[in-house]
Amino acid sequence: MRIKRVAAVAAVAALALGLTACGGDDGEDAGSGSKSFAAGSTMEKLNKAQKIKIGTKFDQPGFGQKGLSGKPEGFDVEIAKIIVKELGIPEDKIEYVETPSKVREDVIVNGNVDLVAATYTINDKRKERIAFAGPYYEAGQNILVKKDDTTITGPDSFKDGTKKVCSVTGSTPAETIKQYVKDVGTQLVLFDTYDKCRDALKGGQVNAVTTDNVILLGYIAKDEASFKLAGTNFTKEPYGIGVKKEDADFRSFINDTLDKAVADGSWKKAWDDTAGKFGAELGAAPTINRY
Amino acid sequence: MNVLIDKFDVFAGGFWLTLQICVLAAIGALILGAIVAVLRISPVPPLRAVGTVYVNVFRNMPLTVVMFFAAFGLPALGSNADFLRIPVLDSLFNRLGTDLPYFRFALIALVLYTAAFVCEALRSGVNAVPPGQAEAARSLGLTFGQNLRHVVLPQSWKASVVPLGSVIIAMIKNSALVGFFGVVGDLSQTADQLTSAEGYAFIPVAIGISIGYLIMTVPLGALLDRLEKRQAVAR
Repeated sequence: MRIKRVAAVAAVAALALGLTACGGDDGEDAGSGSKSFAAGSTMEKLNKAQKIKIGTKFDQPGFGQKGLSGKPEGFDVEIAKIIVKELGIPEDKIEYVETPSKVREDVIVNGNVDLVAATYTINDKRKERIAFAGPYYEAGQNILVKKDDTTITGPDSFKDGTKKVCSVTGSTPAETIKQYVKDVGTQLVLFDTYDKCRDALKGGQVNAVTTDNVILLGYIAKDEASFKLAGTNFTKEPYGIGVKKEDADFRSFINDTLDKAVADGSWKKAWDDTAGKFGAELGAAPTINRY
Repeated sequence: MNVLIDKFDVFAGGFWLTLQICVLAAIGALILGAIVAVLRISPVPPLRAVGTVYVNVFRNMPLTVVMFFAAFGLPALGSNADFLRIPVLDSLFNRLGTDLPYFRFALIALVLYTAAFVCEALRSGVNAVPPGQAEAARSLGLTFGQNLRHVVLPQSWKASVVPLGSVIIAMIKNSALVGFFGVVGDLSQTADQLTSAEGYAFIPVAIGISIGYLIMTVPLGALLDRLEKRQAVAR
């Protein structure tokens, strides 16, 4: 009997939890915004619904990092907000979904999110499954080393097979650096986040961390006494907005929005408010690639 | 599904590395587990206490936490687990001998965690030996060591075979965690690589690595069944 009662209490508790977990959505705003879009287009659907789901990173300083405010903040998020504004949807109707590198294509294909802005490097392999608007920023891969390290000057420093480098599983930088290391098994370490890489560098298990310059600049900004960049960017990583492959209208709408944002200065402001604080150079606006 | 053919070498490499870590971890866990089991059945109370504490700690901690301690705790203590760079072994298993410690850290975690279960499997075998056997041996004047070596262990092995096999199968499956603690190129990390960096659909890749694990575990299970039929204690 005792067991039964405990089980019943547990079941009720679980139900209650489940109910509260689902009870976040209380009615919809009936506003339709002041914009009109072609009938049947994604833009119209989103505008009618007055809400949007955006996939971004929650752990990428300067681009999409979820802080104490409970909402992710960063350059990716600001760019997404510019697009949302253009759709005539209020900012507080955005639902942010965490999209780590490995799920980005899947959430777009399955329609779990309406667009992805998550330090998303445009490449051909990914274009087979989804489409990219943009680029809205061009990052480049670089190398973070300890401040007093003079032996690593660029990616070629890994060719002799002694230096060890860390990156994140499934990321473009990890794939790129593989071409430079002599023996992947003994020189490359991969974790799920760059924070672990930074700790490994600090602890001396690896000699370098490699990824896009902006992320590394974020680490330097937090700990200038320990780290520096080794050399210059050795790749070009254009960041784009991921959308469904067949949705050409939505893509060109985003491209137009990005062009407009560059022209009216909101693009630069988004940068200055976020990743620009780390002292990262914005450079000229990348040319939108309409394909 | 063509990812399985296109990237066969990647899957094969992942399989090979997982197999390496499993073989090494199984050896380590069997040795350490046997030592702990001897501690737990020894007549000396402090030794028994050591064995009991060991089993209770590692049997009740999530493997993820043990892995965390190994991969991030040991470096914090200034250790790179260099004692594992055993002269002949590290030439056979080149990951053991590198300056990169993460393979060794993962190995330590797997061995420590699995040894607790190995110990319990062995002990269950010892408990299956009728107490009269050990008592008879004692009355003949055999020491504790002789008693174990000649009377108890030869009989307990038979009863331990099946639970031990289950422990090793569980360990092979647990090795899927190492890819998330800095080991590059094992089966599960391979899946991560293929699905995120190279953008392959998840399901075919998951099927591919599943096959990899099944190749290791299913024959082991079949072997156990046969051993049980031939070896296990007739009741």
